[in-house]
Amino acid sequence: MTSASSQMVADTAEKLFSEHVSVNSLRDAEAGRWAEALWCALEDNGLTTALVLESEGGIGATWGDAFTIALAAGRHRAPVPLPETMTAAWLIAASGITPPPGPLSLIDDDHEFTFTQGFVTGKCSNVPWGRNASAVFVANKSLVLISSQKQWQPDINIAGEPRDTIVLDAFPVLSSELGNADRPSLVRLAGAAMRSAQMAGGMARAVELAIEHAGIRQQFGRPISKFQAIQHMLAEAAAKCAMARIAAEIAFKTMDNSPRNIATAEFEIATAKIVCGEAVERVTDIVHEVHGAIGFTEEHELHFITRRLWSWRDEFGAESFWAERLGENILKRGAQKLWPDLTARDIATP
Amino acid sequence: MYKVISSIKIRAMLKINLPPGSLPPNAEKLRSEVRDFLAKHLSDYSSAARAKSWAGSDPAFSELLGQQGWIGMTWPSKYGGAERSALERYVVLEEMLAAGAPVAAHWIADRQSGPLLLNFGTEKQRQKILPAICRGHSYFCIGMSEPNSGSDLASIRTKGVKTKNGWQINGSKLWTSKAHIAHYMIALVRTAPPNPKNRHAGLSQFIIDMKRPGITIRPIRNIAGDDMFNEVFFEDLVVPNDMLVGREGEGWSQVTAELALERSGPERYLSSYQLLYELVSELSINPKERNAIGVGRLVAHLATLRQMSMAVAVILEDGRSPELEAAFVKEAGVAFEQGIPSVAHDLVGRSILLGAGNFDQVMAYVTQAARSFSLRGGTREIVRGIIARGLGLR
Ligand SMILES: Cc1cc2nc3c(=O)[nH]c(=O)nc-3n(C[C@H](O)[C@H](O)[C@H](O)COP(=O)(O)OP(=O)(O)OC[C@H]3O[C@@H](n4cnc5c(N)ncnc54)[C@H](O)[C@@H]3O)c2cc1C
Repeated sequence: MTSASSQMVADTAEKLFSEHVSVNSLRDAEAGRWAEALWCALEDNGLTTALVLESEGGIGATWGDAFTIALAAGRHRAPVPLPETMTAAWLIAASGITPPPGPLSLIDDDHEFTFTQGFVTGKCSNVPWGRNASAVFVANKSLVLISSQKQWQPDINIAGEPRDTIVLDAFPVLSSELGNADRPSLVRLAGAAMRSAQMAGGMARAVELAIEHAGIRQQFGRPISKFQAIQHMLAEAAAKCAMARIAAEIAFKTMDNSPRNIATAEFEIATAKIVCGEAVERVTDIVHEVHGAIGFTEEHELHFITRRLWSWRDEFGAESFWAERLGENILKRGAQKLWPDLTARDIATP
Repeated sequence: MYKVISSIKIRAMLKINLPPGSLPPNAEKLRSEVRDFLAKHLSDYSSAARAKSWAGSDPAFSELLGQQGWIGMTWPSKYGGAERSALERYVVLEEMLAAGAPVAAHWIADRQSGPLLLNFGTEKQRQKILPAICRGHSYFCIGMSEPNSGSDLASIRTKGVKTKNGWQINGSKLWTSKAHIAHYMIALVRTAPPNPKNRHAGLSQFIIDMKRPGITIRPIRNIAGDDMFNEVFFEDLVVPNDMLVGREGEGWSQVTAELALERSGPERYLSSYQLLYELVSELSINPKERNAIGVGRLVAHLATLRQMSMAVAVILEDGRSPELEAAFVKEAGVAFEQGIPSVAHDLVGRSILLGAGNFDQVMAYVTQAARSFSLRGGTREIVRGIIARGLGLR
C-alpha cells in the first residue's frame, strides 16, 4: 500500500470510531448489546480484512497500518473485536482460505484443546467476543467455524468486554494443521502486538482526559492544573505514553520486515507488551488521582479506558510472560552478547 | 448536586512526535569499526573504570578518537568535522557508552559547546576552536550553576561589565564538571541588571580561556569518591570582546537550545549500562525465572529508550528543536538508569563488598553515582515542569 492509502486507512478508522463510539454506545456494549452499526461500518470500509492481501479480497494494509488502526481502536475504546478480526482474517487468508464474514476471534496459547482427525475436544476460556464470532482461529493450529452460540458460556473481563468460554466435544474443525506448532504462536504474537497498540492509544486518551479535567476543575481558587504536584504527575504519565507508543510502533514496523512470519519480530513484540503493560500501572494511578472522586463514578467516562487497560495488559501474555522469555534468552546468551544482540535488531528495522 | 460532563470533548490531543528513525545503510560498517577500535584500545580497561561511563576521562583516548574523526562528526569539514549524519554520530556515541569508554574529556565540547559555536559563534571563534575540538585536544566545561542558582538558573549573579579592555567578570560557578581539565568554559553571565519583568533578559554567554589570570578552581569530591566537579572563582577576570557568544543578552535562548542537546542523547539512559552488563553476567550462572523476568523487563526498557533517543536525534538533524521530546527522553531515561541498582539489589540480594569481583565493584559505584542522574542536566522536577508546559498545563 502507498503512504497515501495508509493515511486513508488511518483517517477512515479515526472517522468511523468518532462517529460510532460514544459513552452511550459503550454503556450499551457493556449491557451486552453488540455494536452492530459500528461493526457494519468497519466491515463496509474494509478495516476488518485490512491485513488480507488485495488479491485475496482484503485491502493489503501493512502491519504499520494495523498499528494505526489498533491505536485508534484503543483510543476510542471501540467495543468490537476489530484487532482480533484483523489478526484472524490475516491468519486464515495466509493459510489459503477465504476468511468467513462477520467478527472473528482468536484462541490464545493457553487453551486445553486436543485435535483428532478433524475434530476438536476441550475447553478454552477468555475468548474475546466468542459469542459474536462466526469463527475462531485456534493458536497456530486450526480454524473452527462456530455458527451456533450454544457452545459459549459468556464471561466478561474487568472492562465488561466479552471474554467467553467454549466447551467443545468432538466438534468438526473447518481446517486444521495450519501453520506450525511453535510457541508463542502467531496468535499470541500478533495479539500481544495488537494489545500493545490498543494500550498505547488508550493511555494517550486517558492522559488527554486528565489534562482536560485538570484545566477545568477549580480548587483553592484556581484550576488544579496550576498545582505543581498535578503537573508533575501528568508529565510522568505523558512520558510513559510516549514510550509505550514508540515501543508498539516499532513492534509493528518490525513485523512488516517479514509480514508472514512475525515470529522474527518476537523481541520487539515482547518489548512492546512489557513496556505498554508496565506503563498501565502508573498511568492509571495518575489519571485517577488527578480526576479525584468524579473519576471513580460510573457516570464519568474515564473508567471506560482504565478498566480496559487493566484487562489488556493481562492478555496474550502479561509482562512477566514476555519478560521471562526475553530474560531467559539474554541470560543464556550472556553479558557479552547483550549489546551486540540489541543493536543487531536494527538490521531488521527497515 | 454534582454534575458529570456526559461526553468530554478533548481539545488537545497528546502531542507525541517521535517517529521511529532508522539507521543509515553504512551504520553497521561504522559500528564494527568502532567495536574493533574499542576492543583494541580498551582491552585492559577494568570494569570498575568502565562503570564511570561518560564521567571517566582520558585525554590520550580523546586524542585517538579525534584521529578517527569521531569527534565533531557532523560538523562541516572546514572546521575539522567529518560531515556525517546525526545517526552515524549516534552509533559512535552509543558504542562508546556501551563499552564504558573514557569519553568525558571531550564529551561536553562535542555534545554542546561545539554546536553552540556552530549556531551562534563568530567565524573567527569557529576557526580558532572547532578544529582543536575535533582533534580531541580542546575540552569544554559548562559554567551555568552557581552557589545560589541551581534550578533557578536565571537568578545567576556572576557579573560581566564592559570595559575598554574587554569584559570584566566577577563571581563564581559551582558543580562545574571537568573544569580542572577543560581548556575553555562556556559561562552564563549577567551582563545587565536583573529585570523583574523579564527574568531571562540581560544574560550572555562567554568563551572563557581557563588559563587566563583571575580564575581559581577548587575540586569537590562527590559521594562516590570522584573529583569530578569543581567550584570556579572569577576575580577581575578579563575576557576579550571577541569571546562573547552571539549577541549580548542572548544567553538564555542559547542555553535553552543547548539543553535540548544535553537532554536527549544516549547518555541519558546508558549511564548504568556497565551495571546491567555485570548483572547479566552474575545472573547467567543462575538463570532462574525471577532473574529472567527482572532482566527481561530492563532490556525491554533499554531497547525502547534507545529508539526514543534515536528518534530525537533525527528530529535534531532535521533542524527542529524537540524540547518536549528531549524532556520525555530525559524523564524516562533517567528513571531507567537510576533504577538499575535497585533491580540489581532486588535480584542479587546480598552484601556488596568492594574487595570482591567486578559485579560488586560496579554495583558499589553505580549505586552511589546514580543519585546524580536525576540532578545533572536539570533535575527531574525541572524536566517535568518543561513537559507540563509542553502539555499546556502552565
Ligand atoms: C554530577 C553533576 C554534574 C554537574 N555538572 C554541572 C556542570 O558541569 N555545569 C553546571 O553548570 N552545573 C552542573 N551541575 C549542576 C546541576 O545542573 C544542578 O545540580 C541542578 O540544576 C540543580 O541545582 P541544585 O543542585 O542547586 O539544586 P536546587 O535547585 O537547589 O534543587 C534542590 C531540589 O529542589 C527542587 N526544586 C528546585 N526548584 C524547584 C521548582 N521550581 N519546583 C519544584 N522543585 C524544585 C529540585 O528539583 C531539587 O529536587 C551538575 C550537577 C551534578 C549532580
